Amino acid sequence: MIELDDVTLAYRGRTGPVLALQGTSLKVGRGEFAAVVGPSGCGKSTLMKLVTGLVKPTQGRVLVDGHEVAGPVKIAGMAFQNANMLPWRTVLENVLLPLEIVEPYRSKFRAEKKQYVARAEKLLDTVGLSGFGSRFPWEMSGGMQQRASLCRSLIHDPSLLMLDEPFAALDAFTREELWCVLRDVWERIGFTVVLVTHDLREAAFLADTIHVMSARPGRIIETRKVDLPRPRDLEICYDPRFSDLVQILRHKIAEVRQA
Amino acid sequence: MTFRTEDTAPWIFTIGLFVFWEAVCRIFSVDSFILPAPSEIFSAAVRYAGPLWRNSFVTLWTTLVGFLLAVGFGLLLGLVVGWSRTIYRGLYPVMIGFNSIPKVAVVPILVVWFGVGEVPAIITAFLISFFPIVVNVATGLATIEPEMEDVLRALGASKLDVMLKIGIPRAMPYFFGSLKVAITLAFVGAVVSETLAANAGLGHLMTQAGSNFQMPLVFAGLLALAIEGIGMYAVCAWLEYRMTGWAHRSTMNA
Ligand SMILES: Nc1ncnc2c1ncn2[C@@H]1O[C@H](COP(=O)(O)OP(=O)(O)O)[C@@H](O)[C@H]1O
Ligand SMILES: [Mg+2]
Repeated sequence: MIELDDVTLAYRGRTGPVLALQGTSLKVGRGEFAAVVGPSGCGKSTLMKLVTGLVKPTQGRVLVDGHEVAGPVKIAGMAFQNANMLPWRTVLENVLLPLEIVEPYRSKFRAEKKQYVARAEKLLDTVGLSGFGSRFPWEMSGGMQQRASLCRSLIHDPSLLMLDEPFAALDAFTREELWCVLRDVWERIGFTVVLVTHDLREAAFLADTIHVMSARPGRIIETRKVDLPRPRDLEICYDPRFSDLVQILRHKIAEVRQA
Repeated sequence: MTFRTEDTAPWIFTIGLFVFWEAVCRIFSVDSFILPAPSEIFSAAVRYAGPLWRNSFVTLWTTLVGFLLAVGFGLLLGLVVGWSRTIYRGLYPVMIGFNSIPKVAVVPILVVWFGVGEVPAIITAFLISFFPIVVNVATGLATIEPEMEDVLRALGASKLDVMLKIGIPRAMPYFFGSLKVAITLAFVGAVVSETLAANAGLGHLMTQAGSNFQMPLVFAGLLALAIEGIGMYAVCAWLEYRMTGWAHRSTMNA
């Protein structure tokens, strides 16, 4: 589904070029749940921008769905640490936003609005927000906003979901609740996910594969399969295999931060 | 409705100010040519109610025409400037330079071009008040959260889409906020121009009254200016509140 082949990316910084990624290679299969962990500033967000076609690689190739990425990929949904809800729109209108942009929904938006609203409401239902559609984002807690943000990233039926530290700003309980929400939606729909996180437990709980990045300029220095059985529930966090995996990842990150 | 002392405070303070003023004038028997007492000002206001009304109306409409021109032009220029970084960088110094010219200095030129009358007042009001509108609208557009823009751009949204869906709604609180500042400035511009060169308007009335040594009338003119200014400000503040209620309840970045 996603393939990065020896990708280098340099930003034009104020004091000269900034190498964000160098020699990064990565493969994510269709329907796979991949997590990317790494020290802060190592280029994780940059990786997301490359895959969604928001920036072009300086060197190397990025393939999504078998095609080289040349512009915005349009098949991806995105969510970030900040829910980024538009405060002048209701939650429902926020969730519908991608349908006003992306084809084929865009040209049918007026005609099929009823159907789209029903779809958005169903999605809100699955993340536990039924009945909240007519609220404004600022009337809701951070966790609820993040749920809505997840709905917005899924409304256009993307085959690829890109999540950049989506749960980082939430308290521990809300975060674990949302892990389960994401797990359930993913198991039901089966899109491909790339989840950037600095929470190793989050990565271990949700992902099939965990990629560890080095400090800037970032590249993937280790890829680990998560062998925990599915379906997983929160109990698994107390499984010794789970703790071992988290422990290993923690050492790895500590190593790259030293370097 | 519950009665709260806080709500009556503005009235109490205003009335208190006038009472204090009256008292000072009486106790020290201040010459009404230096500082007329409120009672004299009010009686002058009643006696000259006709001219005060007529001239207030002239000031009102010249201010409003100048202000509305500024709104139209400011909104348009703000959208253009906020649209592209290059235009922003190129036009900003020019606008700063323009804005730093005291507009009083332009009035004589306007009089040469358009003659004494309402036109210089309208143009001065316009020139002085469009700048804050441009800056505010452009700021609203230029400070779109990059991540929000990324969400849309990754879906293939054009620059126009981003502006329509995010930029313009987002700039609205900035725009309506700037109206309060702009209307005040437009009022200043119109009155300054009337004072220098006009046949009507409160500024003109006050200059005339001053040269006839009618100090109570001059102060009655000031009073009319204050009332008119407060009224126009209040309308803009109300408009801001009504149009962008969401911005008062949420912080923009939440
Ligand atoms: N637009 C930009 N211009 C210049 N440098 C940038 C830009 N965006 C990111 N960088 C730099 O690239 C590096 C990687 O950034 P990022 O991908 O955001 O890291 P992460 O998400 O892993 O914290 C950082 O050192 C950052 O300072
Ligand atoms: Mg980041």
